[in-house]
Amino acid sequence: MTRDEIFTKVQALLVDALAVDEEEVKPESILTKDLGAESIDFLDIVFKLEQTFGIKIPQGELFPDNVASDPEYVQNGRVTPKGVAAIKARMPHIDFSAWEADPQLMKVGELFKVETLVKYVEAKLAAK
Amino acid sequence: MRWLWIDRIVELVPRTRIVTIKNVSLAEEHLHDHFAASGGLPPIPLMPACLIVEGMAQSAGILVGHSEGFREKVALAKVSRAELEADVTPGLTIRYTASIQQMDRVGASTTGTVEVIDPNRPGSARQIGAIDLMFSHLDNNMAGMEFPEHNFVFGESFKMVLRMSGIAADPAPGP
Repeated sequence: MTRDEIFTKVQALLVDALAVDEEEVKPESILTKDLGAESIDFLDIVFKLEQTFGIKIPQGELFPDNVASDPEYVQNGRVTPKGVAAIKARMPHIDFSAWEADPQLMKVGELFKVETLVKYVEAKLAAK
Repeated sequence: MRWLWIDRIVELVPRTRIVTIKNVSLAEEHLHDHFAASGGLPPIPLMPACLIVEGMAQSAGILVGHSEGFREKVALAKVSRAELEADVTPGLTIRYTASIQQMDRVGASTTGTVEVIDPNRPGSARQIGAIDLMFSHLDNNMAGMEFPEHNFVFGESFKMVLRMSGIAADPAPGP
């Protein structure tokens, strides 16, 4: 499957999961800020990706979990160097470069763009 | 006691499908306000659509909760789709059928249909809607937030519906 084909399918499932218009879903759209995704939507997206592409997504692999609740990882609303390292190691499909300079927890969500999902699916399909 | 929006479970295939029914009655007081006479129009008692969604949520929620023997606190997290194309009046029966689409440690998604049956006309069942939902397993899904030990989601009233429907609270061992 080409990246364009993956994008088209990801776009369709986001239209369904987030009740947005097709033209709103661009590769650079941020899931939370641009498309209005909330916490439960991430589970919905995981389920839909699994179903659409026939892949298995282990909990915490695509979207981080248990980071916010660990005091070693988050202090005063910022992700600690240890936390940054942990997230980076777990999520090679994310570009952390811009966020790393000021790693605010509230902004972690903004790292997840439509193209992040496309890249993730591409890597999962290649590894199948 | 929690407001129950189903009267009986007529079928439960563990981790797969549930079928429930709700008899809509004029004795339910809210029907007298929904809708009361106004502006010269007579009263029009109708089962509120939001409560039809709640009935599906309770049905599908029992199916999801039952799959782990009601040890998980299952909460409705998202109404992915709700389409209803006809009104339901007193004297009719609503039949909910919900199926698990996907389920894992943090939650589940279900798809469901809503049918209306006229008890006075055998074979009258017709589908009037579809409701798809998402559920969250609270203890596994709220970033470390802690909830009380006891399962406040599935209380006595749900246990009563299960018992009256002849359904064991624990499913057979899963795959």
